[in-house]
Amino acid sequence: MQKEPYLKHTITIFLLGLAVIVLLNSCNSSKKEDKASSETEIQTLTKSPPKVPEADLPRYMAEGKKVYKQVCLTCHQANGGGVSGLNPPLAQSDNVLGDKNRMLEIIIKGSEAGLEDNRSEYANVMQGFGMLGDEEIANVASYIRNSFGNKAEPITVEEVTSFRSANKK
Amino acid sequence: MTVNAIIMFKTAHESFDLRPKLFFLLIAILAISACKEKQEKSEKAVVLNISPDNEGINVPDGFGVIKVADSLGAPRHIAVNSNGGIYLKLRKPIDGEGIIYLEDQDGDGIADAKKGFADYGGTGMYLDKNYLYASSDEEIFRYKLDASGEVTNTNAPDTLVDKLVSYRTHATKSFTMDGDGNIYVNIGAYSNACQETDRTLGSPGVMPCSILDSAGGIWQFRADKMKQSYAEGKRYATGLRNVVGLDWNFKLNKLVVTQHGRDQLNTLYPDLFDQKTSANLPAETMYVINEGDDAGWPYIYYDQFQNKKILSPEYGGDGKKTAGENAIDPIATFPAHMAPNDLLFYTGEQFPEEYKNGAFIAFHGSWNRAPEKQKGYMVAFVPFKNGEPSGEWQVFADGFAGLEEVSSPSEAEHRPTGLAQGPDGSLYVSDDAGGTLFRIVYGKK
Repeated sequence: MQKEPYLKHTITIFLLGLAVIVLLNSCNSSKKEDKASSETEIQTLTKSPPKVPEADLPRYMAEGKKVYKQVCLTCHQANGGGVSGLNPPLAQSDNVLGDKNRMLEIIIKGSEAGLEDNRSEYANVMQGFGMLGDEEIANVASYIRNSFGNKAEPITVEEVTSFRSANKK
Repeated sequence: MTVNAIIMFKTAHESFDLRPKLFFLLIAILAISACKEKQEKSEKAVVLNISPDNEGINVPDGFGVIKVADSLGAPRHIAVNSNGGIYLKLRKPIDGEGIIYLEDQDGDGIADAKKGFADYGGTGMYLDKNYLYASSDEEIFRYKLDASGEVTNTNAPDTLVDKLVSYRTHATKSFTMDGDGNIYVNIGAYSNACQETDRTLGSPGVMPCSILDSAGGIWQFRADKMKQSYAEGKRYATGLRNVVGLDWNFKLNKLVVTQHGRDQLNTLYPDLFDQKTSANLPAETMYVINEGDDAGWPYIYYDQFQNKKILSPEYGGDGKKTAGENAIDPIATFPAHMAPNDLLFYTGEQFPEEYKNGAFIAFHGSWNRAPEKQKGYMVAFVPFKNGEPSGEWQVFADGFAGLEEVSSPSEAEHRPTGLAQGPDGSLYVSDDAGGTLFRIVYGKK
């Protein structure tokens, strides 16, 4: 019976300690994430296959912007914000920032059923742009993944080519 | 009751007690305060809380703007009852409520009571003396009103119409009524221009356009029959791509509608239409509809510069060839792509004489003008005399976008969507982008 207060203190101290450890850990992990996102190159080195150097990004951006203006802007708009209820936004879009193949599929095959994105629905059909060359697609996809506040790894010409050969009908 | 009973019981035995006096005093105080409350209520609407800067909305001299409510989600069409209570149809329900009812109990113009019901999203809303009518994308419901114009049985509406086609494109079912027990429903075409593959370069137009069987027109139903669908209804007019704005003109005793014209002439036919031409074509159109009318979609569009019905490129048109000899002509045209989302013939006494019986149109604002600047985030007015437009359309209220130039619609702060006239003749404007309800008043400043 006398031991109870002592036990209580021990538990409190133990819990406090645990909280501190958890906090420190979470601090650490968020630091790690920061590091990872700012130093993509390091991260990509550990991955296979090897990825594009970010140094190519300016070229993707310049060429991709031209394609964007030509075929994407009318619907997805100059700011990538889309049109509420009609055309999905590209800014902060799961379809854009997620799996590269998902994005390539939408660009190349279009979406007859309309798109759902970030839990909103959009009415307008998007036609496929498979008539564009691999390089144009790589450029515009990389441009979209790095515009309108987006930040994601570019998509290479090789990736477009291999997607196409893997998805031939 | 118990307290009263105890006091009563005690007073019988202790006549010298002060409690009976206290009891009567209490009743007197209650009576006086009730009186005071009644007096306050009768002083309603003395001072309207008009925004000093009209909420950034530009209106003609003498008009003022009140922000009735904000943070409403995406209110589409709206209706105001005889007590000034406001019903709003939400595009998507919030917390399971797709209709919002707002009241302004102290009369300052700003809503101070809000409740919601109806677990479906939609656009259409209409009010008559006995019922509130609202639409989902497949159905039309009605709710009985009590003597004060309020829906009491919110969970048990009658289903007047159901099983209407609803795909993603142009799915909303706007409607109006003629005061004679008929409902006129827009069933929008689920397509831009009836191509085999919608909005796709090189895809030809379907001939004849099969969509017109169940959409791309106005269907008429009865307001007193349950569970009607296509078989019980009547195709009242056809060849209308999507008319989000409908109102019955009681001067003409006819249906009047505003159509969203087709998109993407340049995207789909870059060899025939450059970007600038495509940004300015075709006209948004207003039609007077008689039973059996055909407005020509998808085979033609209206070119407001040539004042002609032009053969659509999907059907062999080149921007010059005319067609649609049997199709009706618009009674008014507006710049392309501005999206007329509601139409209201003004019958109130509050606004100056020139507005009487004229048409207010809520324009949602464009998207398909890009890369040109976007246009039309505003409320327009068309003066009418003897049931016909008596002058050009004019901007009545603009500045809803909140910025001088709009490049992309997502930049716009507000986008006008619904219109309603209050019992005092005020004009209410809903905004489905910013979720705000505005009330425009005249001569109250």
